[in-house]
Amino acid sequence: MHLGHDLDEKFPHRHTYSAPATERPDGTRRALRIGLGGPVGSGKTATVAALCRTLRTEVSIAVVTNDIYTREDADFLLREAILPPERIKAVETGACPHTAIRDDISANLEAVEDLEESIGSLDLILVESGGDNLTATFSKGLVDNQIFIIDVAGGDDIPRKGGPGVTTADLLVVNKTDLAPYVGSDVDAMAHDARTQRGDLPVAFTSLKDEGGVKPVADWVRERLADWSAGPA
Amino acid sequence: MTPDTAPAPPAGRSTGAVGVRATARVTAAARAGATVLPVLDGDGPFEFRRLRSRDTEARVCVVGAMSAPLGGDRLRIEATALQGASLHITSAAATLALRGPTTAHATYDVHLTVADHAEIRWLPKPLISAAGSNLRQAWTIDLAPTARLVLREEQVLGRMGEPPGHVATRLTVRRGGHVLLDQEAEYGPGAPGWDTPAVLGHHRATGQILLIEPDFDESPLEPQVLIETPDDAQAVLTPLAGPAALITAIAPDGFRLRRILNAAYATSADTSNRARQ
Amino acid sequence: MNRAALLVLADGRFPAGGHAHSGGAEPAVAVGRIRDAESLEDFCRGRLHTAGLVAAALAAAAAAGHDPLALDTAADTRTPVAALRDTARKLGRQMMRAARATWPSAELDALAAARPRGAHQPVVLGVAARSAGLEPLDAAYAALYETVSGPATATVRLLSLDPFDATAVLARLVPELDRVAATATATARRVAEEGVDVLPAASAPLLDISAQQHATRPARLFAS
Repeated sequence: MHLGHDLDEKFPHRHTYSAPATERPDGTRRALRIGLGGPVGSGKTATVAALCRTLRTEVSIAVVTNDIYTREDADFLLREAILPPERIKAVETGACPHTAIRDDISANLEAVEDLEESIGSLDLILVESGGDNLTATFSKGLVDNQIFIIDVAGGDDIPRKGGPGVTTADLLVVNKTDLAPYVGSDVDAMAHDARTQRGDLPVAFTSLKDEGGVKPVADWVRERLADWSAGPA
Repeated sequence: MTPDTAPAPPAGRSTGAVGVRATARVTAAARAGATVLPVLDGDGPFEFRRLRSRDTEARVCVVGAMSAPLGGDRLRIEATALQGASLHITSAAATLALRGPTTAHATYDVHLTVADHAEIRWLPKPLISAAGSNLRQAWTIDLAPTARLVLREEQVLGRMGEPPGHVATRLTVRRGGHVLLDQEAEYGPGAPGWDTPAVLGHHRATGQILLIEPDFDESPLEPQVLIETPDDAQAVLTPLAGPAALITAIAPDGFRLRRILNAAYATSADTSNRARQ
Repeated sequence: MNRAALLVLADGRFPAGGHAHSGGAEPAVAVGRIRDAESLEDFCRGRLHTAGLVAAALAAAAAAGHDPLALDTAADTRTPVAALRDTARKLGRQMMRAARATWPSAELDALAAARPRGAHQPVVLGVAARSAGLEPLDAAYAALYETVSGPATATVRLLSLDPFDATAVLARLVPELDRVAATATATARRVAEEGVDVLPAASAPLLDISAQQHATRPARLFAS
């Protein structure tokens, strides 16, 4: 990322300890790291699972989960046999996922590096946050891009209310659009509010229940991967 | 045994108390497929009785000859298993630490030396720390790289219905000259934090079984926790950073402590047998 | 001497992973051994004089420049429970990452290279304190404060304990913390003459048993 290179130019001999470093110790380009955050129940784990299913034949993927209370998210991914166990690592967060993804990223960085080291040639690492509040965002020291996932059932006023996740995430996903008629949410109003809050930043509407429902997110990830591998190594 | 003047008694006391200084020694050696005891020297409160051998193992029972340890006593047992020997030591009765004529502390040290391909099984009855007693116990254990050890130590803090005495122990185990385990414990009046929910809580009995077995290098025991809710007792079996495992248990009293230690030991035997199969 | 660096190092927000650990408070809360401010204080006092004393002496010895690898082995021999050794190394690795970014030094680099999976946290803490220009006593304080502040913070979350009460517990422990810090530092000073065997090795059966039990719990808020 550009931030990393700015730093590298200013401090050419200084070892960097977090995401801005874009190279592995052996000089090859490290995996792209994408964070997925959002409120409880919005479909983060389901999105991670769907992304893994869609992309696993194209790229080498691993997942880091940040569970709140259990290893359930990691166990879900294991149970669904979406990825082999050695590609999933669970980070414990002491009841505060936002601390582990933003304020003290040391455990997540360790998990990411352990995966790179043990798997070898990873292209993509998805870092999933446990469900948290609307202000929870990923540190730039941990991920290169972040996706914020909300759903129509959580209230159609969430985009209007804004907050760092909604306004600054590289991609905002509004999930469960199939439920909108049942919960009385106005998807068009959500799209309008999101545009107002986010300017040119993209918004994707998904219904993971549908065949290929994750496609808009997967396409966006493919673009990020293309940019990443085209970037200066 | 030599009478010895105890360290200066605290101000306000002029008992001129006399403590006992004694060192008992036992040495086991392998001879013609069995273990013999070329040294078996009781001293002071320690008398040794030979028990019938079992297989290649020589068995010795420590029998108390007098009430000990009392404040001011300096007691020591040294047991050595020479190369290939197998020595089993028990005791006839619990060791009762008493206050004695002075509040000065007593010492009761145990030094075990186990040579290559030798084994010591040290399985005495518990130490009871009676009200007003003050004991310091040092265990120093030196093992050769292929030596084996089973060591059980149990502490009961106070006799039935009385407050505990003060007891401080340090256990240092070396294997091939390197420290394998170093552990201190201090319980009873004056020991900071001993009865808090981080250390013993309301439990008044604690004990350990240390297992050192070269085979554990290849197949270490798996950690295990035992909680006996009806007995209000709990134990953990954990592999050390080396070919050894330690069982640590706490219970309300010595009876329930022994019960959970036995249960934990049985699990360890199961798992290590499985590992060897 | 950069005394203010101690505030940075001992700050609960220092990004070295401590927030995900309860220092044994979560299993103690689970069975009712910690249920209010009073029992939290008792718990912290017990931890201060056992695990805290050992950690503080290791940290002070490392801060004095004694061989961190010998101290790391000494920490292993003083930590019989496998789950606690794992936790100490994990936190040591996280502390190493934070320390190398904040106070880079050749000594930290050397220890990181020798223990890539992490040295025991108090040892890394001591070397970090040294790199920050702090004294052995400062390192002992940082280790001890963490010993009691971790459980106090966790108990606020676990029991919804009044945060003012929890902080008052820490304040009441200050005189004892001072004494233990002095003892730990004095003992660490003897390492030069007598070697690492002189360091304290105080044990706590309940901390040991519940740490291993907690490590296998399927549902928990804190890693330890």
